[in-house]
Amino acid sequence: MYPPKFDYHRPSSVQEAIQILSADPDAKVLAGGHSLIPVMKLRLAAPSALVDIGRIDELKGISHANGSLHIGACTTYHEIANSKVVQDAAPLLAEAAGQIGDRQVRYRGTLGGNLSHADPASDLPAAALALNATLHVAGPNGSRSVSASDFFVDLMMTALQPDEILTSVEIPAAQGGSGSAYVKFEHPASGYALCGAAAVVTRTAAGTCTSASLCFNGVSSKAVNAATVASSLVGSDLSNAAIASAVNENLAIPDLAGDMFASAAYRQELAKSVGIQALRTARDRA
Amino acid sequence: MAGTNTQIAGSGVFGSSIRRREDPELITGQAKYTDDLQLPGMVYCTILRSPYAHAKIQSIDTSQAQAMDGVLGVFTAKDIAESGTPGAIPVGWLLPDMKIPDHQMLAADTTRYVGDGVAMVVAEDQYTAHDALEMIWVDYAALDGIADPKKATAEGAPLVHEEAPRNIAFDWEIGDKEKTDAAFVNATHIASLDLVNNRLIPNAMEPRAALADYNSITGELMLYMTTQNPHIHRLLMSLASLGLPEHKIRVIAPEVGGGFGSKIHHYADEALTAWASMQVGRPVKWTATRTETYLTDAHGRDHVTHAQLALDEDGKFIGLRVETYAAMGAYLSTFAPAVPTYLYGTLMSGEYDLPAIHCHVYGVFTHTVPVDAYRGAGRPEATFVVERLVDEAARVSGIDPAELRRRNFVAPDNFPYATQVALEYDSGNYEGALDKALATIGYDDFRKEQTAARAQGRYLGLGLSAYIEACGLAPSAVVGSLGAQAGQWESAVVRVHATGKVTLYSGCSGHGQGHETTFAQIVASELGVPYEDIDVVEGDTGAMPHGWGTYGSRSAATGGSAIASAARKVVDKARTIAAHLLEAAPEDLEFEDGKFYVKGSPDQVQTLPDVALQAYLAHNLPKGIEPALEATSFYDPANFVFPFGTHVAIVEVCPATGQVRLQRYLAVDDVGNVINPMIVDGQVHGGIAQGVGQSLFETAVYDENANLLSGTMLDYAVPKAHFLPSFETDRTVTPCPHNPLGVKGVGEAGTIASPAAVVNAVVDALSPFGVSHIDMPVTPEKVWNAMHGSAENQ
Repeated sequence: MYPPKFDYHRPSSVQEAIQILSADPDAKVLAGGHSLIPVMKLRLAAPSALVDIGRIDELKGISHANGSLHIGACTTYHEIANSKVVQDAAPLLAEAAGQIGDRQVRYRGTLGGNLSHADPASDLPAAALALNATLHVAGPNGSRSVSASDFFVDLMMTALQPDEILTSVEIPAAQGGSGSAYVKFEHPASGYALCGAAAVVTRTAAGTCTSASLCFNGVSSKAVNAATVASSLVGSDLSNAAIASAVNENLAIPDLAGDMFASAAYRQELAKSVGIQALRTARDRA
Repeated sequence: MAGTNTQIAGSGVFGSSIRRREDPELITGQAKYTDDLQLPGMVYCTILRSPYAHAKIQSIDTSQAQAMDGVLGVFTAKDIAESGTPGAIPVGWLLPDMKIPDHQMLAADTTRYVGDGVAMVVAEDQYTAHDALEMIWVDYAALDGIADPKKATAEGAPLVHEEAPRNIAFDWEIGDKEKTDAAFVNATHIASLDLVNNRLIPNAMEPRAALADYNSITGELMLYMTTQNPHIHRLLMSLASLGLPEHKIRVIAPEVGGGFGSKIHHYADEALTAWASMQVGRPVKWTATRTETYLTDAHGRDHVTHAQLALDEDGKFIGLRVETYAAMGAYLSTFAPAVPTYLYGTLMSGEYDLPAIHCHVYGVFTHTVPVDAYRGAGRPEATFVVERLVDEAARVSGIDPAELRRRNFVAPDNFPYATQVALEYDSGNYEGALDKALATIGYDDFRKEQTAARAQGRYLGLGLSAYIEACGLAPSAVVGSLGAQAGQWESAVVRVHATGKVTLYSGCSGHGQGHETTFAQIVASELGVPYEDIDVVEGDTGAMPHGWGTYGSRSAATGGSAIASAARKVVDKARTIAAHLLEAAPEDLEFEDGKFYVKGSPDQVQTLPDVALQAYLAHNLPKGIEPALEATSFYDPANFVFPFGTHVAIVEVCPATGQVRLQRYLAVDDVGNVINPMIVDGQVHGGIAQGVGQSLFETAVYDENANLLSGTMLDYAVPKAHFLPSFETDRTVTPCPHNPLGVKGVGEAGTIASPAAVVNAVVDALSPFGVSHIDMPVTPEKVWNAMHGSAENQ
């Protein structure tokens, strides 16, 4: 477990970090290090340099203003899971962050690192999709914003350019009458999601569903938005029967993942079961 | 006194849940493991490993690696051969007509598993040593490989060794085939199962490591290494690998972080490390990465079995027949041939009075890392066969599984009981353990709850495993006649110092078992001195007489008996001296709580420390008595010991996902007299966790060409705490009749019993679906398929 030689930079600003990245296309951003360092130790990745953004203050912190939640990219899972502000404004994100890895991982791993790594079996991508998150990105030509649905491109591939850094994530704060849930069926070895379902529903006082969202981790090469399931729920009473038929009749997962622990066919069944459970829990919380 | 099961001396220290004295050092990080050790001038070695399961090595170019700054040497098989070192990795158990392929420290022209060593780098630091591996260029010609032990015996399968046609290393049987086949002809019911005992990767918390320091002036080798048996490693290093005289090698086991069998075996890597130190004249350290642990530690289990049990009209067992293909891997590891034979076929009678048994085993070479003893070693596999068959017999005969077991147990008054497969069970009360287990779990209530749950679409299941194990392998002459190239006795030296403090030297070598505590408890109870006054020393060939180490649940039964025997010799000598000082005949003395006194005169005493001081001063000793106070025992057991018990698992299966939740797990074990109940419970808990791991989570997966797919902890599922309920443990006590402490072994009981209990519970839960068997690990997908009518994976 000895990585090959690499340079190490610890910039004090985002701008400085971007300059280093622009100058060295083989350099990699280091945040919490819980994905990058292990692959370097296994010599599956050999970046020429690490750009450690862990001590840049502008990348940290949680705030709620003007109906939006802003979370700095270097905010840890632990901080997100335990933040009262996040629990109120985006309880789905807090719930998903609290299910990542173990305590040690949650103290080191970061929101930005997670989303930028884009591991499809990790717990945050589906939550980011379901919450309509906007990802703010800084690069040599300034800043830009990318919606979560455009951010995840493919297996561990995002809309980020090599010299760009994800700086913060913006999430519309939860409305009245909404409920959410993240339900995870974990891989017994890795603890990653064999299937993780993130659900958000909003209902009227009479119980009619006005909006819904159901997104999955772990079942495909990137997080999946089951939009047809969600749209078929709008206008329903969100009864168990309504949820079951919406999922069973409409769930179609593109590019279903299969591996030695769970085949694609089984994952499809699992996604139905976990998806139904997530929607029911979200309804009960709405 | 040895050979009798007398009352334990001392005032209650034997049998107390004393906290493990080794723990403060371990849990505060103060303990020193092999990789923590630093020697002046120390350098590091790394090993280049074959990425192919089977390949011809066309050429190896080490020149670029050799030229790197900080590289002291790059070595291949050719260099070892030219050094004149024997370089062999031998097998230590010989079966008749067994094919024994040559096994060298590095592969010369053919690699036979992914991970097979091809070259070694010695460098000034770890980074350079790893970088240099990437600068060695090996030209391989890849060949087909095979990992499945049954398919490997098919005509035309890729051969691991040319000299072993159909890859068969040995063809072994036990029992009476004719008599057994005849029993099946008359059977009313036949239970029949095809079973896979899934391949396991040991995963000790501490990876293997070695630190070798060869002194070319004195010719002495100091070898610190992760070992469960330093004397065996010294012997094999001397005889087969290094060719150094045995007395010039000192093997030390520093703190060892678990083994589960994987640190019994003699591997190439530690021998290479020693050889490297001889080449470069510097201390050399090697520490396995976790990847190397997966690729090179001997794996466990890996059986493909067809088994049948015949019953008469009353549900009495009348015959059992078993055919097993057991993987050996690419080479015969240290004790590998014994595991699926004498530690497996001999256990096929289970706890049952079985009049006819036949077990036929093929040991099969495969293109994988060798398979050898792993916690339980053969006995979990046997228990799985027998206890799964009994449940299947209950299913086909319609007899309740608890009742069927009760009907067939060896009765308590039928001991000693000679099985049809060569063992003589010394003692037992199988029904006692079953009854206790059924009462504690609430068997009848559970059946009502199960029925009610099914009506609501919930699937609960209960599985029994009434297991027996044979441990404390013995006696030496018998194991020798079966092929062991090792003795199975154990040594102990009890040294009472002049002040009455005591040092115990044991030939066992603990690596997590708590010997420092339990062995001191034995000595304290035998000598009547305070527990705190006793230190325990193990794991250093320079410090104690030859011993055979710690494995096979032998340390309490065999090592503990040696300790008790040595302590009793000390008491005998002390009695003679005390009698002289008290001016009485030795036979007129009482010995109680460390004090000698003349019967009827308890006021005038000679304490053990008093006697020790006199023994060391030697001013006034009886005639013919030598000075000092210590004794050595070499204890060779009269028989195996036979722990037994009943384990019960209760599971709930989720019909939506197929996930199995273990709800309750109860173990009722009989391990004879108990030295430290807390440590026994700890062993049972750990063993159950490993057995549940095998049944629900763990499995080594190879692809069609024998590449290991589950080679990391991201893929290979060691059970986590939140997967498991808190286990319930209880005991019955049937002392071993033939050793001085009446103890048996407990290190493997949990691993032996639990896989069958869990799978029986799952099959019971799925009985409404007509399921008769699911292979381990019982993954959610297999269960889901079984519940939804797919034949796949059942």
